[in-house]
Amino acid sequence: MTKFEIRGLRADVLIGAEERQEILKGVDLTINSGETHAIMGPNGSGKSTLAYAIAGHPKYEITDGEVLLDGENVLEMSVDERARAGLFLAMQYPVEVPGVSMSNFLRSAVTAVRGEAPKLRAFSKELQQAMGGLSIDPAFAARGVNEGFSGGEKKRHEILQLELLKPKVAILDETDSGLDVDALKVVSEGINRARATGEVGVMLITHYTRILQYVRPDRVHVFAHGQVAESGGPELADVLESEGYERFVKAGASQ
Amino acid sequence: MASPNLGITEHSHGAGEIPISKLDTHGSFDVNDFPVPNGREEEWRFTPLRRLRGLHDGRDIADGVVKVDVQAPAEVSVETVARDDARLGTSFLPTDRVSALAYQAFTEATVVTVPADTTAAEPVFVRITGVRQGDAYGHVLVHVRRHAAATVVLEYSGTAVYADNVEFVVDDGARLDVVSLQDWERDAVQVSHQYTRVGRDARFRSFVVTLGGDLVRLSPKVGYTGPGGDAELHGLYFTGAGQHHEHRSLIDHNVSNTRSRVEYKGALSGEDAHAVWIGDVIIGEGTQGTDSYEHNRNLVLTDGTRVDSVPNLEIFTGEVEGAGHASASGRLDDIHLFYLQSRGIPADEARRLVIRGFFADLINRIEVPELRERIMAEVEEKLALHE
Repeated sequence: MTKFEIRGLRADVLIGAEERQEILKGVDLTINSGETHAIMGPNGSGKSTLAYAIAGHPKYEITDGEVLLDGENVLEMSVDERARAGLFLAMQYPVEVPGVSMSNFLRSAVTAVRGEAPKLRAFSKELQQAMGGLSIDPAFAARGVNEGFSGGEKKRHEILQLELLKPKVAILDETDSGLDVDALKVVSEGINRARATGEVGVMLITHYTRILQYVRPDRVHVFAHGQVAESGGPELADVLESEGYERFVKAGASQ
Repeated sequence: MASPNLGITEHSHGAGEIPISKLDTHGSFDVNDFPVPNGREEEWRFTPLRRLRGLHDGRDIADGVVKVDVQAPAEVSVETVARDDARLGTSFLPTDRVSALAYQAFTEATVVTVPADTTAAEPVFVRITGVRQGDAYGHVLVHVRRHAAATVVLEYSGTAVYADNVEFVVDDGARLDVVSLQDWERDAVQVSHQYTRVGRDARFRSFVVTLGGDLVRLSPKVGYTGPGGDAELHGLYFTGAGQHHEHRSLIDHNVSNTRSRVEYKGALSGEDAHAVWIGDVIIGEGTQGTDSYEHNRNLVLTDGTRVDSVPNLEIFTGEVEGAGHASASGRLDDIHLFYLQSRGIPADEARRLVIRGFFADLINRIEVPELRERIMAEVEEKLALHE
């Protein structure tokens, strides 16, 4: 049983040497293992910033608050320590790393997270199986990390990493964006396989309710102006689907 | 290769009287047509002339010994010919003093011919080895005839103060892949010109890999003899402490519907490592449908290094399909490191992976497996010094 807590989190985006802007204005959220929380909200509300700031992206600086994984403050850890502690971020725009093969990258990551190098044969079997589950052509293992991949291929590979690294907390940042229905199903199945273990807490960041038909959330939070503006059960997603975010955009404008 | 002087008004980038336009470049086989450079000329200003050890001012005592070995499959003809062989020097005019000097001074040339409609089953290796330090001159002509295809590896090693001209003539519909590996001992000096003529619907691909030497200055020049020609120039250098690696490409889109890509990448590590990349692209008057892009990227691994990266694009027509250039020099990309670290990979291992990836990206495209392994191993050796 894992408890992931975000308490009073504030963060700035670093724009230039002198320039910065506060995006997160006090975020509170708790996710237990086995739970899936959808974070929904209009563009520019700070959803992606929340994901990146927690993971330790160099473009963001946390100015206040805590992020606790089973009581340990992950903000005091380096980026790689956070991942080894059990935090995983599936990125909206996965990074291309030219010349580093996907298989080499995945093996390095699995070795680091599990604390020991997997046996070569066992690992290639595991990799093959995981790739098959996401309908990824095995030829991708030899290609550079995300290099020249389409949007959908990149997203599948993010979920591939989720399945291989078995984190305690997975933050999925708009994993559904840019996917056609077939790809969305494949990716959702991958997420559901990871969830089925009951050992991962999922923060599912999305702009649309579409993915929630495949990955049913336990809780839905509306994110607006750098904060959680409203929380509810899965039914809140249906309200958002019919009403849109207008109410939350306006509420911010009048503040 | 000499471009006609079309009377285009020269322009300068504020450097005074130095003409920039490559259209003003003239060519000649006579060394005396080129004044001894003083280092202020546009084409010499990045080169430390002292370290040329006389190659630019006509030392020409030929006290060095360089031997040339060629290994080729049976279907490819390999000849060693005297300097008066009529086939030599027909595809180019020397465009600077060292090129003219090399042409005046070489004693024997190597001629590699791939007959028409023939695909060479194995790569042709031309191994140029400096066995006694001193100045030496060479000449190589590679002629791939109509609809033939071949891969040619030029391999420079040992030590010398060496100047040469290499002619690549790719006839209509032919394909030539070249790997030029500058793998000299640390005290070698090399000034090379590679003159390429790409025929109608022909394809030329070059991989220049420069690792060794004290000073290497290599100038690949490409012109087209028919429409539909395609040239890709890839380069990779790893410039260590005190080394000077200079690559100066010139693509002359002198006919319509030709394509070029230039991508040179390098890493620098150590005090006074100096890399220069000059990428000239000319899109000629009256041509149309040219598609060209050039790109230089430098990975700066330590302090004390210096990079000069100068793309030049001169367009004399309005009918261009695509033309662009990019140049970036800097440290490792934070975002690459972030991505790897966000998967649990520790910072120094992430650095190692990204640096190796930087090299592997290009090395993996070389279609000669034994060369790939050898080049990667040498990169590893240099990285070990760095790490």
